[in-house]
Amino acid sequence: MTKLIIILLSAVFINNYVLSRFLGICPFLGVSKKLDSATGMSLAVIFVMLMASAATYPIQVYLLAPNGLGYLQTIVFILVIAALVQLVEIVLKRYIPSLHKSLGVYLPLITTNCAVLGVTILNIDEGYTFLEAMVNSLGSGLGFFLAMVMFSGVRSAIEAADVPKSFRGLPITLVAAAITSLSFLGFGGVIENLFA
Amino acid sequence: MNTLQNFSKGLVKENPVLVLVLGTCPTLATSTSISNALGMGLAATVVLLCSNVVISALRKVIPDKVRIPCYIVLIAGFVTMVQMLVKAFAPALDAALGIYLPLIVVNCIILGRAEMFANKNKVFDSAVDALGMGAGFTLALSLMAFIREVFGNGTFFGMPIPVLSDNHISILTMAPGGFFVFGLLIAAVNKFSAHKPKKQDFGCAGCPSAEICGKAGCGKEAAE
Repeated sequence: MTKLIIILLSAVFINNYVLSRFLGICPFLGVSKKLDSATGMSLAVIFVMLMASAATYPIQVYLLAPNGLGYLQTIVFILVIAALVQLVEIVLKRYIPSLHKSLGVYLPLITTNCAVLGVTILNIDEGYTFLEAMVNSLGSGLGFFLAMVMFSGVRSAIEAADVPKSFRGLPITLVAAAITSLSFLGFGGVIENLFA
Repeated sequence: MNTLQNFSKGLVKENPVLVLVLGTCPTLATSTSISNALGMGLAATVVLLCSNVVISALRKVIPDKVRIPCYIVLIAGFVTMVQMLVKAFAPALDAALGIYLPLIVVNCIILGRAEMFANKNKVFDSAVDALGMGAGFTLALSLMAFIREVFGNGTFFGMPIPVLSDNHISILTMAPGGFFVFGLLIAAVNKFSAHKPKKQDFGCAGCPSAEICGKAGCGKEAAE
């Protein structure tokens, strides 16, 4: 149990996908302008991360690894994720239209999101059990959510600031991301020692 | 457009990292040391070259409706090959790049060039375009890695530099330093670029995947 909590908390705070592993930077910079789109995008990411991990983990462990096909991991995972996202979109559209309305637009964008492929590969690389893998995916998604929501707040503050000409737009956003990331550096070592 | 222009546009005018702002994830993650940056740049260039050549050769065969899945499968295949080569011949690089090596599959530069260039142009032109873009990616990555390694770690290709190695700013090699140096570099490009800096933003305008995702990431107003 303690291990699960440590995996969850370190995925959210220490190894934050966006701010310390640099995965999913595109949506982080692109969709974080407004709070509602940031929330929608992150909820879709959490959802797809959990689904993708649940689908790819058994494929790797029961299908690819025992048959010596481990080298097909990259191709199989990206195809499974792409197919899964399409499937989820169709199912949501048919059965839960209200959820599809709020998450639907973000789903296709997630297919080529490195955070989702990243979490599925990392689950295998770290040698997690199925439960640990799911907890890690949940934590990674929550970390993404936290970073997105925090950063959309930071960005609304930048909108009002007087920024030097060459720094307008992307450069100042990146510098702000650096400072946000700096704040997460402070979590290093905290979680491991919490249960020691 | 002649061959030389086709090659050189990737280096400066349409540099994939600093001007088009594509492939930010590997740029930030693997630019902690110059040797990592060169390795990542080379691996991505090989994948880009192979995928551009094959996609261009097959541009009349692949049906338009399923082109994106086809491209992704082709790219994933080449990435797997590169991954196996790196594992066999450069295990140290494999360990250093880690998860970012398989993640070349989702690097926007590669899918972007397939969508924007290779499916409209001849094989030779696509190959030249791939080499130019690959060189531009490697160049930008190395430039960032140079700043981060020399000032952040006080070393150059792992060799200590006399004064800097005692006074290094180690935050530059950590995650915040990556964002910071990248921001400064883009600001410098804005400052010194001859043409007036267009309103640069991280939006759908420069994103090759915009058509794929239906401009989903750009908020409601852009999608409408």
